[in-house]
Amino acid sequence: MSSRASTSNMFPIKVMNLSLEIDKKMLLNNLTCELKAEGTTVIMGPNGAGKSLFVRCLHGLSKPTNGKIHYGNLPVGEATRERQSMVFQSPKLLRRSVIENLRFVANLNKKNDQNLTQLLKKTDLSLLKDQQVSTLSGGEKQRLSLARALVSNPEILFLDEATSSLDPRSVFIIENLMVEIKLKNVKIILITHDVNQAKRIADDIIFMNNGKIRETGSANDFFINPQSDEAKAFLNGDLVI
Amino acid sequence: MVSLTSLTIACFIGIPLGTILAIKRFYFRKTLLAIINSLMGLPPVLVGLIVYLYLSRSGPLGWLGILYSPTAMIIAQVILIAPIITALSNQIIEDLHEDYRDLFLSLNAQPLQAVIAYIYDSRYSLLTVILAGFGRAISEVGAVIIVGGNIDHLTRVMTTAIALETSKGNLTLALGLGIILLIISLCISLLAMWIKSFSKRYTYV
Repeated sequence: MSSRASTSNMFPIKVMNLSLEIDKKMLLNNLTCELKAEGTTVIMGPNGAGKSLFVRCLHGLSKPTNGKIHYGNLPVGEATRERQSMVFQSPKLLRRSVIENLRFVANLNKKNDQNLTQLLKKTDLSLLKDQQVSTLSGGEKQRLSLARALVSNPEILFLDEATSSLDPRSVFIIENLMVEIKLKNVKIILITHDVNQAKRIADDIIFMNNGKIRETGSANDFFINPQSDEAKAFLNGDLVI
Repeated sequence: MVSLTSLTIACFIGIPLGTILAIKRFYFRKTLLAIINSLMGLPPVLVGLIVYLYLSRSGPLGWLGILYSPTAMIIAQVILIAPIITALSNQIIEDLHEDYRDLFLSLNAQPLQAVIAYIYDSRYSLLTVILAGFGRAISEVGAVIIVGGNIDHLTRVMTTAIALETSKGNLTLALGLGIILLIISLCISLLAMWIKSFSKRYTYV
């Protein structure tokens, strides 16, 4: 049976000469790469490398100064965004209860409420479903963000440092869920600083520094034999210049 | 009744307008906001005079024949309250927009869906805005006395009655009416404070 991703017309994702300049500062500098349908792509790099901006451009939240992004033959925009979801670094949640946050997305996507209970269970939020978001912990908020991202049944899921500064239990739940949705052939594009997490999850790596892609390739190759000096320094925990 | 009707109309104009000005970016947006902010301090007597000139027999809207009627008073009060409701709701929604902008873009929420969500999620804060508008409406005298004419059982409201009784030298009655108005105003302020604390408990800042 052919997988969902391989039959989707959203792949490969082609990034061509992508640049983003803000206040005369080149934050993304001529990025070119191609992301395939299968597996989890992890974007790594030191702070200020341009990872979050790159993902924002991929999702269509930021408009690049130059260059193009194509999902198959579709240019990035509203049509591609409705088949994607994003979990932000700081949880972006409506000032409502847990279940109302999920219902909002279900209504937008004209989905029924049936799988919401299932998502709450998977993210271990069933007991908190009527609680206001303001009373949740950081980990619970991020798990809710992930549950909400999955309501629309996306083909591509972006996670921008979704597990940074979370407790081990929340990280465990989120990673397990990522493995589960990967098996359903959802393409995951994850930003992380956590080398161990990248080793556990990544199939491909994009390594960035100073707004440029320094290295791309399979996770095995990258972790065993990184090519660039910056990647070697990053993996060794040294200062990356 | 005049104040409540004015307030309802001003809310239907001011809250959606304030929301749109908070979430949409267009040329002259800041200029428009500056104009609305300055209209918050409109002198009621001036508003009354302008509405009077428009509605008087020789004015452009004289054919309507609504001068010295509650309708004229409502028009004047809407002109006074709508900028307050617009400016204050704009400030509240703008703060919320910082949190929601990326989320709604990511979710492909349509403008109408976004506007409804913004208003719904800031409903407790907007209640204090509505009460501020109501406070202005019930305490207003300058405009309503010009366009309403202070006609007994038709266009006489508490503030215009106080003005009339004072000019007649009936200070006891004027003071009594003033105390009642003060109590109403105090109750409204207390209600606004309670709603604000309630909203802080049940929604996160």
